[in-house]
Amino acid sequence: MTLLIVGASVAGVRTAQALRMKGYDGPITLLGEESYAPYDKPPLSKEMILPDGDPAPVPLLTDEQLADLRVDLRLGVRASELDVSARTVTTDAGEAIAFDRLVIATGVTPRTLPGADRLAGVHTLRNAEDAAALRTGLATAGRVVVIGAGFIGAEFAAAACRHGVQVTLVEAQNVPLSHLLGAEVGARLAEVHAAAGNELVTGVGVAHLEGEDAVRAVVLNDGRRLPADLVVVGIGATPATGWLDSSGLPISDGVECGADLTVVGAEGIYAAGDVARWPHPHYGYDLRIEHWTNANDHAAIIAAAVTGAAAPTPTVPYVWSDQYGHRIQIVGRPATGSLAHVAGTLSGGDLVAAYVGTVGELVGAVVVDDPRLLMKCRKAITAGSVWADLDLVPAGV
Amino acid sequence: MSERHFACAVDDLQPGTSMIVEGTDPGIALHRVESGEFFATADTCTHEEFSLGEEGEIEGNELVCPLHMARFDLGTGAPLCLPATIALATYRVEIEGDGVYVVSA
Ligand SMILES: Cc1cc2nc3c(=O)[nH]c(=O)nc-3n(C[C@H](O)[C@H](O)[C@H](O)COP(=O)(O)OP(=O)(O)OC[C@H]3O[C@@H](n4cnc5c(N)ncnc54)[C@H](O)[C@@H]3O)c2cc1C
Ligand code: FES
Repeated sequence: MTLLIVGASVAGVRTAQALRMKGYDGPITLLGEESYAPYDKPPLSKEMILPDGDPAPVPLLTDEQLADLRVDLRLGVRASELDVSARTVTTDAGEAIAFDRLVIATGVTPRTLPGADRLAGVHTLRNAEDAAALRTGLATAGRVVVIGAGFIGAEFAAAACRHGVQVTLVEAQNVPLSHLLGAEVGARLAEVHAAAGNELVTGVGVAHLEGEDAVRAVVLNDGRRLPADLVVVGIGATPATGWLDSSGLPISDGVECGADLTVVGAEGIYAAGDVARWPHPHYGYDLRIEHWTNANDHAAIIAAAVTGAAAPTPTVPYVWSDQYGHRIQIVGRPATGSLAHVAGTLSGGDLVAAYVGTVGELVGAVVVDDPRLLMKCRKAITAGSVWADLDLVPAGV
Repeated sequence: MSERHFACAVDDLQPGTSMIVEGTDPGIALHRVESGEFFATADTCTHEEFSLGEEGEIEGNELVCPLHMARFDLGTGAPLCLPATIALATYRVEIEGDGVYVVSA
């Protein structure tokens, strides 16, 4: 009998590593539908598509680390069904794998647009194949349209313009990222596109994609037609839980878990990473977080739960994004607070924004190109320190 | 053969801050914890390329990498949380008179 991990990416691989670090000695089977050896996701929209970047996926483990992990790594195998009472996972090849413990780490699937599947030149960006196709496409593309100006769309646009192509971003909100960061800060981030020579069209949705076999244009709801031979759809993602539909596990925008990431009502079954919704210890309410460090944190929580060790110290949410040579770092939950301070811009490499809760405590921060300040904000958010007392930025700026 | 590098004068490094020791290759970072004690580690995070001497954050006797939040024990270099799984090299620190020196192997 084995501890079975389904999904061989960040959350799955880190869970295996964390288990071994905690001294878990039993057999581990790691199942992944992709055929590549486990690789990291963030570089897909960054160095892997830059003209001078390395196109190869960035491995999550060296050969030596993989050997030390002692996992039965089964690539190119998709889990298609879970039987909770029989404690088996069935693969797309029809094999039933028996487990004593299961970790669900299948991540998310990018949303797309109707008709996108049948048109060449329309892509999402979630895996190594997507990145390779986009890199090839960029070498010959004339006009690129990015639908959605969130993190992945913005990172792609930044990398694409390095190929010397004209990029237009289309964003349905009036200001990109305003649902997370507010309009003021969203605007100070989004100004970078124009500063770099890309065009940003906001406040309008996409009506349809035009083309026969290959995409020719993106038609907007206001009738505008944006010619395009390469289109990236970056409009978010949904939890990859389709294979669990018949399992009876509780699923509502992610797999519902308890504090130690045990799936509610399913002893010995855990979920980790982008797919998991769980009561975040710092907040006390349920969150599902699509950030890289969250997958690492989850791995440590599960390893502690499986081995009976003390739960690791909780961390507040953190995400970074690299765009146009600048690094944005966001810590905490800006959307839960109100803006107390903002200065600078992304293109200037000096943006700082602080968000406070009802008693003035720092609850979120956005910092560009200043990791030291970011770390101070992280500490303050963790401690619930009052922003005005911190003196982290020069007064009056 | 071990080599000794002058890092800085004792008062030049504020408690709670870090610096890169000039002339070291691979780079060595010198850290001073709040209690005033000095520690020396490899400058580059063991996860990816990131300078801990320049941007690392000291929390108690631990060092946090601000890129992906790996934590290391400053005394032993041991990785304390993911994504780090490899220890940071540590170096001996010697204080002589007013000077702080690190000793590389
Ligand atoms: C392009 C891109 C850029 C990003 N950049 C950043 C960034 O800069 N900073 C940041 O903090 N976060 C970033 N993220 C988010 C971060 O990478 C994710 O939070 C992280 O990868 C989550 O890990 P995961 O293992 O939960 O999910 P995933 O990485 O999505 O992995 C899930 C894996 O499960 C596999 N799988 C799915 N279903 C099945 C099945 N039925 N059977 C077998 N295998 C299956 C999938 O093929 C996939 O390999 C980025 C994500 C992407 C896509
Ligand atoms: S580079 Fe230090 S944690 Fe990733």
